[in-house]
Amino acid sequence: MAIVEATGIHKHFGALHVLKGVDLVVHEKELVFVIGPSGSGKSTLLRCLNRLEEPSGGSIIVDGVDMLSPRTDINKARQRIGMVFQSFNLYPHMTALGNVTLALRKVLKLGRAEAEERGQAALKRVHLEDRADHFPGQLSGGQQQRVAIARAIALEPRVMLFDEPTSALDPELVGGVLEAMRELRRDGMTMVVVSHEMAFAKAAADRVVFMADGMIVEQGTPAEVFGNPQHERTRAFIGQIDRH
Amino acid sequence: MMTWDDFILAFFSWQIVQEAWPILWDGLQRTILMSLMVVPLGFLGGTILALLSTVHTRWVRWPLMAWVDTFRSLPPLVLLIFIYAGVPFTGLEISAWAAVGIGFFLNTGSYYGEILRAGIESVPKGQQEAARSTGLTRWQTMAHIVLPQAFRNVLPDLISNTLEVVKLTSIASVVALPELLFQARQAQSVTYNATPIVAAAVIYFILLWPMVRVLSRLENKALAGRR
Amino acid sequence: MTNWDRFVDSFFNARVAAEYFPKILEGFWLTIVLALCIIVTGLVAGLGLAVVRAFAIRPLNLLIIFVVDLFRALPPLVIIALLYFGLPAAGLSMDGFTCAWLALAAVLMAFSEEIFWAGITAVPKGQWEAARSTGLGFLQTLRHVVLPQALRMTIPPLTNRTIAITKGTALASVVAVPDILGAANAGVSFSFNPTPLTMGAAAYLVLFLPVVILGRWIETRFAWKR
Repeated sequence: MAIVEATGIHKHFGALHVLKGVDLVVHEKELVFVIGPSGSGKSTLLRCLNRLEEPSGGSIIVDGVDMLSPRTDINKARQRIGMVFQSFNLYPHMTALGNVTLALRKVLKLGRAEAEERGQAALKRVHLEDRADHFPGQLSGGQQQRVAIARAIALEPRVMLFDEPTSALDPELVGGVLEAMRELRRDGMTMVVVSHEMAFAKAAADRVVFMADGMIVEQGTPAEVFGNPQHERTRAFIGQIDRH
Repeated sequence: MMTWDDFILAFFSWQIVQEAWPILWDGLQRTILMSLMVVPLGFLGGTILALLSTVHTRWVRWPLMAWVDTFRSLPPLVLLIFIYAGVPFTGLEISAWAAVGIGFFLNTGSYYGEILRAGIESVPKGQQEAARSTGLTRWQTMAHIVLPQAFRNVLPDLISNTLEVVKLTSIASVVALPELLFQARQAQSVTYNATPIVAAAVIYFILLWPMVRVLSRLENKALAGRR
Repeated sequence: MTNWDRFVDSFFNARVAAEYFPKILEGFWLTIVLALCIIVTGLVAGLGLAVVRAFAIRPLNLLIIFVVDLFRALPPLVIIALLYFGLPAAGLSMDGFTCAWLALAAVLMAFSEEIFWAGITAVPKGQWEAARSTGLGFLQTLRHVVLPQALRMTIPPLTNRTIAITKGTALASVVAVPDILGAANAGVSFSFNPTPLTMGAAAYLVLFLPVVILGRWIETRFAWKR
């Protein structure tokens, strides 16, 4: 069953044509990895999926909801789409638990006790239950990002979007975040990940999508895309990565 | 009930503007003259205070802070009236101009002083060390290295304070110094019409709006840098 | 009488001080009431305008910017004079207290709107995006995520500006309000001795010196930083 069905997505920023008719289908429990050079439009595509970015054209259906219809309650739709950002974007004036429970209380309208119970459970899933009372400033980057993951999964979304979740982290902190993502995957979460963690992609992805110049150039299993790329641009990109 | 025509006649009568113009113009000139007097005066006072604040001795620091905070606590109008109405009791004559000069020197100087002090403190210590290491004296370092950077760093605050000072000159009307607001009130009481005050407000707005706009832009730019 | 005696007799005259103390004290309370009225209305209105501005409705925002510019450019005393001496020509007479209150509240509204707005725009875009991605609406995001952070940033400039404008309460004496300065002025003209002015100045120091020092402390404590 398809959770995400994006068809013919276009996005213009002024004169800039960033997405040129992208089609992307993500099935239930699938982990799709989006790679590509910077400026290829992969982050923009991700941000179009929950309409943080307004697509200039195309259609996006997430879990049966037409995201671009004016009749859709976008706030309700977004509850079902978790998002994790490169710069964490934790609320600095709230504790870890406060970060996780805000949407539970204000969007799902849960009572404080119930929200905190669910928030604690979400923090436990990223192994930070003992950091519930810490403010973001008191946590390491890796811990902050895991709180951000907890904030998203607490709403029990149908799909999670990861926008370069480890790019802002010091190398030694990347592992904890990837581990949290691996566990999510094990629990059957549907995920779309934009990232440069190629080793993680090879090990964990069901499908790898290579984008360049606002288009999907090719896609397939990690073995296909990394082992036997069909397209010249893919080969050049993967060759560059391997040399690092 | 007042009709629209009555309203225009009472607040925006062109004829009244024309009649009152000579006296308004007279007041406007004095407002500008006063601004040209009190802004440099306050700036001078502020620079002295800021330079004194770089002396890191308790015997300078505490009296200085007490001085600055006292004159920042007293409403300028209170200070002005105290000088204008109080000094004659000591047997000395004092003109409205002199009272305004002294009052603004004390009040405005304290504000400029605080701003410039913050500006000096915003210049990294390494700048002074670098300058001193090349053999510049303490005062050369201050004049050529620290102060120019300090001015630039607090430029929005300096402009903002200058705007406030120019606006503040309107309180001189209370001690019968015939500046723009005073003359507008005179014209109003002679013509029994509110137009002169409206005209004065329009003049102030035309005069100061460009400054407000510039300030708004500078503040937004400073903010973008802080992000 | 030596010069010094004459000076003390003029500015620190105990008999005059005792006689006018009650009047000055009444003025003291009136100044506080006026100041509180100005602070509450001015800040609430300023915050309200900043929130409206966040909706980014272009004609409305241009209007807000114009109103803010207007009250930043006009001297408070000119606004008070317009209300007190001008408005009666339209058949609308207000007492001096109301005029001073409205005028200074409008000025504080203008300045605080600018500061609140600066604070709102200083909150990183990622905060909006994170909140919206969890399904929070625009107003919910503003209220629970953006404003708390913005307000914290605005505390130092807001404190200083509020103090500066609140000191303008002394202008009310010009429109016959018996605040501290009004009472002191009246005292001087009745007693023909400047001691009431000395008391008035002292009263202002008692009122504002702690606030100014508090502002200095807040400045360092809540300095703009992330």
